[in-house]
Amino acid sequence: MTNIGGLRRVGWSGLLVFGLCAAAAWAQVEPVPVLEPEKPAVAVPAPPSRLSYDDVPNDAGSAVRLTWRLSADDTLGRGIVSGYVLERGTSPVGPWTLVDSIGFGIREQVDAGVSRNVPYFYRIAAWGPGGTTPALANAGPAIARETWFNTTRSSVLAVMLAFFVLVLYFMSLAQSGKKPFVRRLAGIDAIEEAIGRATEMGRPVLYVPWIQDIDEIQTVAGLVILESVARMTARYETPIRVPVAYPIPFTIAQEMVKSGYLNAGRPEAYDPDAVTFVSPEQFAYAAKIGGIMLRERPAAHIFMGSFYGESLLLAETGFSTGAIQVAGTANVHQLPFFVVACDYTLIGEELFAASAYLSGEPRLVGGLKGADMLKLFVILLILVGCVLETMGHHGLTEWMQTQ
Amino acid sequence: MKRELPLLLTAVIGLFMIMSFFVPHHLVSVPADFLQQCAVIMVAFGFALGGANALRVNLESIARRQPDWPYKLVLVVSLLFTIVIGLHDGRHWQDQSTWSMFLYNNIYSPMQGTMFALLAFYIASAAFRAFRIRTVEAGLLAVAALIVMLGRVPVGDAATNWLPEPLHLGVMQDWIMNVPQNAAKRAILMGAAMGVMATGLRVILGIERSYLGGGD
Repeated sequence: MTNIGGLRRVGWSGLLVFGLCAAAAWAQVEPVPVLEPEKPAVAVPAPPSRLSYDDVPNDAGSAVRLTWRLSADDTLGRGIVSGYVLERGTSPVGPWTLVDSIGFGIREQVDAGVSRNVPYFYRIAAWGPGGTTPALANAGPAIARETWFNTTRSSVLAVMLAFFVLVLYFMSLAQSGKKPFVRRLAGIDAIEEAIGRATEMGRPVLYVPWIQDIDEIQTVAGLVILESVARMTARYETPIRVPVAYPIPFTIAQEMVKSGYLNAGRPEAYDPDAVTFVSPEQFAYAAKIGGIMLRERPAAHIFMGSFYGESLLLAETGFSTGAIQVAGTANVHQLPFFVVACDYTLIGEELFAASAYLSGEPRLVGGLKGADMLKLFVILLILVGCVLETMGHHGLTEWMQTQ
Repeated sequence: MKRELPLLLTAVIGLFMIMSFFVPHHLVSVPADFLQQCAVIMVAFGFALGGANALRVNLESIARRQPDWPYKLVLVVSLLFTIVIGLHDGRHWQDQSTWSMFLYNNIYSPMQGTMFALLAFYIASAAFRAFRIRTVEAGLLAVAALIVMLGRVPVGDAATNWLPEPLHLGVMQDWIMNVPQNAAKRAILMGAAMGVMATGLRVILGIERSYLGGGD
């Protein structure tokens, strides 16, 4: 037993000494560095070359177009070129101002920050993980010159002049007594029917010229129709409510309604509160109109102008009140909503024809005829264009393209 | 003179703005830009006028205790409160910590979202009426709408994959949208463009002058 106990002590002592020695050895051993594969040094990219410039045509002298040949290292997957740095100066030796940092593979850039008639010099360098290569040379002087006529818009000018000539010709023809025939527009005829119904029911008429400002031509058309509608409501002695979204159309709408009452011979019946300013916020305006429809229960709702996402909110709310509804817009995407929810809908150009139709004034009706003739001309132009394109001639198509 | 001067101004400025579309020279483009900026300034003044009208009309209704006057009171209080907050925040109103942004994020934006969300219900009720087949045209509309709706979701297209390709719902809806729908849409757009030009011309030449008020 003694021997066994001695052996055990010797064993533990040996283990302890071995552990201490191992710990001391581990403490002295430096960590073996992990060998990593050596990365190859990335080369500095070769510079781009042949930097050239030309004035952007048909502008106010505010842009220069620059083109260059890509760096020889600018190939997909090599990762040597990350992009290009284009700089501009007013002398060949600088100082240089950064125009733009351009991605790899791009050979062209338009510098739209120049002043007209000032000579500029340009240089371009390539950069990548290996660094930035110095520019080879500069290019210049590049001078942006302004022009008097944008030739890419000559087709627009030609069509517009043709339109003006046609409209003026048919206007003068109508004035001389040859008033053109205008087909019946059920939607416009329905306006008077709707006002008559409101009169019978002793309820007001709601006219919505909608949410766009006066720079939207549909708002102008809507306001012009308002004058005729106001004249009818004055004749029928029916109150009219016109909530307006923008301040300038608001003042014009006031004038229109006042003018309508004056032309109907009932200026004393004009209510200054008939036209109210609401809010240019789309859904705030829609909420106000919905409130008027549900609280005041007008018997006729007339929507004329430019409408967007609120069109269905208005038309469906109006439908639920049982009022007779007439709408007109040139916003194609809203037309289906009005067609579904309104009794009558003026589609596209009918909105613009409505004021001429309602007034019956020869000059205005003559204008409609002129527009119709231009439409015929456009249809012929489309047919000729189709034939020419089919035959491989692109001249007409290119002439019609504008910038 | 009261009518002639506005008509003359409209004609001159209208023709000048048309010219600026074709002439990029600075002698035309700079005054044209200036005129457009003038329009923006005029609109800003117009807002003061509009705000005054909103206050007057609603305050009168409150004073007379007209029906629903409490709603108008809410409107007036909200209007004045927002103006005061806007003046207090000044040009930093878009900073995240301002009262203006708080009102925008927590009141204005949710209310707009709520109104917009109503559209989903209105579309359902309008579609229900639109797709009732009473006439041949309504039947065609309903069938076309069904094809477009089913063809635009993956399951509709997958369900017809076993048919010849021209009969795939996805292919059919593409054809409906690109050919008949697009043709009709472009015709409406072109007609509307002519109407826009005609209306513009009538206003510029003073043939349409009812916007001046006061009768002819």
